[in-house]
Amino acid sequence: MSAFIELKNVGVTYPNGHTALAGVSAKLHIGTICGLVGVNGAGKSTLFKAIMGFIAPTTGSVEITGQSVRQALKRNMVSYVPQTEEVDWNFPVLVEDVVMMGRYGHMGFLRRPSMADRQAVDEALERVNLSAYKKRQIGELSGGQKKRVFVARALAQGGKIILLDEPFTGVDFKTEDSLIALFRALAAEGRLILVSTHNLGSVPYFCDEVMIVNRSLLAYGPVESTFTQENLSQAFGGKLRHHQIVGTDLHDDADSRSVTVLTDDERALVFYGEQSAQKITKHEGKE
Amino acid sequence: MIEYLLEPFSYNFMFKAIWVCALVGGTCAFLSSYLILKGWSLMGDALAHSIVPGVALAYILGLPYSIGAFFSGLMAAFGMAMVKRQSKLREDTIIGLVFTAFFAVGLLLVSINPTSVNIQGIILGNILAISDFDLIQVVIISLICLVVLTLKWKDFLAVFFDENHARSIGLPVQTLQIVFFTILSAATVAALQTVGACLVIAMVVTPGATAYLLTDRFGRLIVLAVLLGSTISALGAYLSYFLNTNPGGLIVTMQTLVFMLAFFLAPKHGLLKTRRTIERLKKEGAHG
Repeated sequence: MSAFIELKNVGVTYPNGHTALAGVSAKLHIGTICGLVGVNGAGKSTLFKAIMGFIAPTTGSVEITGQSVRQALKRNMVSYVPQTEEVDWNFPVLVEDVVMMGRYGHMGFLRRPSMADRQAVDEALERVNLSAYKKRQIGELSGGQKKRVFVARALAQGGKIILLDEPFTGVDFKTEDSLIALFRALAAEGRLILVSTHNLGSVPYFCDEVMIVNRSLLAYGPVESTFTQENLSQAFGGKLRHHQIVGTDLHDDADSRSVTVLTDDERALVFYGEQSAQKITKHEGKE
Repeated sequence: MIEYLLEPFSYNFMFKAIWVCALVGGTCAFLSSYLILKGWSLMGDALAHSIVPGVALAYILGLPYSIGAFFSGLMAAFGMAMVKRQSKLREDTIIGLVFTAFFAVGLLLVSINPTSVNIQGIILGNILAISDFDLIQVVIISLICLVVLTLKWKDFLAVFFDENHARSIGLPVQTLQIVFFTILSAATVAALQTVGACLVIAMVVTPGATAYLLTDRFGRLIVLAVLLGSTISALGAYLSYFLNTNPGGLIVTMQTLVFMLAFFLAPKHGLLKTRRTIERLKKEGAHG
């Protein structure tokens, strides 16, 4: 059975009257990595919360593989990887304890781990290269390792759908690359990965699809055709740093192509070509 | 000599006091393991003071005062949880806000109806003069709390550690929170009758804080806290016979002494160990 997320006209209005999202419809499939981009306050985290069932949409519905979110969570189909700031790292728990929490949904009333649970934890830790840190108190880890602990917890849970909230904030370049490689492998094995990110520059580098939101779904589709300068300018308005080097400054010949650099705070996104170019250059540098 | 040491056990009230203190001490210690992690340490303090209006009302209405205390405490606990959920105020602010409000209403009620409540009795408690009815109540409350906590300690940990994740793996987060605050209120009321309002605070903070210095694993932290909480409470009640002191005061003093021992001597987080590690690193640095 292949897993999918179906958003049907999802809208969220908070009790204070603020409409965070309206009319979002999309169907996300297994085997893909979908990037979720938009400015702060565009409704990225609201959409995440709706998919996780933390808030009920005021209009429309979210279905996961044809079931309600609640049923899907009960069946451990969705794993959630929060930002590392969301928990207190001084908690007296070890790395393996945290990863084991991902297995609670598979355990009985007393949450006593079985052999299969222990094995899943070991495999997940192996997968993110943290086996050597199994017995460490979580506060002793570096920023990148903390992210990986959460990814391991999601893997141990075994859901086919993984939601990652800003997985690249505050990690170094090497960690980011290893996380991206891991996400690619996980998607290829048949998982659906939804990543909210500020990191525009890396979106074409690791996402198959992209959702651009700003209070509503501005564009959704394959990265090649959707992640364009036009769509992004529309979504981010003046909120991105925008540098354009036009053809005459760039070349000595009559070549009219220009370089456009779009960035908010992380990796820059670089467009090279005619004015409203569609071509995306995968740029590796960080600001 | 042995006869002298066994003497407290020959008095029914002393024997009762010792094992009731152990039971209440253990229950409070279990709860303290969680409270110290979330900045809710002063919750015990808040709940203990928040029961006053409930007690006053119970007297006015002619109900058993523990029932008034329990519901008043419960309301305060949920009041705090709700303010926390709906606002960005910090835990310490919320606790200060809610419990003083409850305490003030309690004092007002008492001043309207002056003869009804012996506030002194509530603040200090008296384990040596506990009535049979109160005793049964304390035992039942403590046992229920201990059973629920022992069965569900991992779920509570998951919720306290990462609420969103707990929800995402299908745990009934809100139910677990309600259950936790309910047993906390109940345990506070039970402890009140034994050691009084002032010292409940210590019983739901100190054992957990001591155990936190001694281990990095939550399961062990709970076991250590409960062992410390119950043995020190029993020992304090026992020794109070010879020293002719208030058992509550002695229990908390002893708990604090044990905390200080851990603070200086703990194998991993103790002050001495930290000093030694720093010196060793300095030396290594000098050699390298």
